[in-house]
Amino acid sequence: MPARVPLVEFQTDPHFPFPASISMDPNTRQRIESLVASSPVVVFMKGNKLMPQCGFSNNVCQILNALAVPFETFDVLSDPEIRQGIKEFSDWPTIPQVYVQGQFMGGSDILIEMYNSGELLEKITIALA
Amino acid sequence: MVQPDQVKDAIRLVMPDAHVEVEDLTGGGDHLQVKVVSTAFAGLSKVKQHQLVYGALRSELASEAIHALALTTTSPAG
Repeated sequence: MPARVPLVEFQTDPHFPFPASISMDPNTRQRIESLVASSPVVVFMKGNKLMPQCGFSNNVCQILNALAVPFETFDVLSDPEIRQGIKEFSDWPTIPQVYVQGQFMGGSDILIEMYNSGELLEKITIALA
Repeated sequence: MVQPDQVKDAIRLVMPDAHVEVEDLTGGGDHLQVKVVSTAFAGLSKVKQHQLVYGALRSELASEAIHALALTTTSPAG
């Protein structure tokens, strides 16, 4: 059994009007949990670091490259179950998705904001320490 | 594709006080830049703020009526 990663608490957030889906296949959930825990910084994206297949995924790679931090990527185009499953897992409808120390950070827009404010480097520095 | 007013209405259904700006990035009506200002965001993390908006637009996103959504969320100053 992989270590259980902390699930972000918004799944029970009363502000969020739609409950997270509970329909995900347990194997898919377990694979996602393993992927999220596989490295301090994990990016679910379209394509890979060398050949991003989407501008938003490219943004995230460029940011992490600019910070010169190590990160792992998973190409959701290679796996339809993970592609759909990660959306349910994070309760987030879009790709890319970035996890730091098992915690969901957000997508491209939030990463850009956190990069500009310096918050991203701070979080990742702590995660890698 | 969606009309900007559809997006505004859907967001205001969940956040009645929201000030919403919608910019059509490509002219195709499915790549949108949306800025939302609402008191509903106060005290929430950015992830939760964006989830509120995604939740309001869930059906439009699921049907790919909106294919790409660049999002900025803030609470009113003060």
